[in-house]
Amino acid sequence: MDVRFINPFLEGTMSVLRTMAFIEPRPGKPYLKKNNVAQGDISGIIGLTGDVRGSLALSFSERCIMKIVSNMLGEEIKSMNGDIKDAVGEITNMVSGVARKKLEGMDLTISAAIPTVVSGKNHSILHVLGGPSIIIPFETDHGPFVVDVCLNA
Amino acid sequence: MEKKISILVVDDFATMRKVIRNLLKQVGYENIVEAENGEAALSVLKSRKVDLIISDWNMPTMSGYELLKAVRADDELQKTPFLMVTAEALKDNVVQAVKAGVSNYIVKPFTAEVLNDKISQIFKKTAS
Repeated sequence: MDVRFINPFLEGTMSVLRTMAFIEPRPGKPYLKKNNVAQGDISGIIGLTGDVRGSLALSFSERCIMKIVSNMLGEEIKSMNGDIKDAVGEITNMVSGVARKKLEGMDLTISAAIPTVVSGKNHSILHVLGGPSIIIPFETDHGPFVVDVCLNA
Repeated sequence: MEKKISILVVDDFATMRKVIRNLLKQVGYENIVEAENGEAALSVLKSRKVDLIISDWNMPTMSGYELLKAVRADDELQKTPFLMVTAEALKDNVVQAVKAGVSNYIVKPFTAEVLNDKISQIFKKTAS
């Protein structure tokens, strides 16, 4: 996968969490992932088609996503409820939107499908292209999450 | 502009409606009603006066774009200010929304301040 396509997803993730949840995530070094086991407890995944094809997933640890959603809603969330599931889908959608806008600046037109959300310990992330995928790990003061991207570019 | 205006927030995700409601409250708007898609929004609009519609673009049943066209085609509702919320500022979508008569649009993610500015711009245009 062309590394130029990593930055739009990295920047999109930071922009969404900074703006909507007032959280400043710290990106780590990207690495290649060859299996489909999720790195977090709940994941949003969205298919991408057009000039670039593939999928994007965001996978959050429980503590991290509860803090993110609490900040987004302005009320403390204490359990993994339906609000969390909705929010993970919406965050995935927003990150995809920001990244696609940035890719449009590189003359690439990309459409997105409707995001799906999967949860549970060691759940699977099934990328449209099967894999392997690039993982961008992030740390926050409230636990880790990863961006997991698999593109045919 | 009066912060007492009534605002209809339309989004298929209940969580996103809560997020927008929370942002609106941060900048002083308290009179908020909600609908989960374009069809439900039209029912609300037929039953009560609404001063501003804030609608997501992508929704099942009836999208924000279809709701916008329905509002602009309705003699009683056509002047209602309409703020479109979208996750993508792709050129074609923006042109499409402007042609259909959108009052303003806002791209996710956004802060309470940006939302407030967009609403103020709409009412300044309406007043002039």
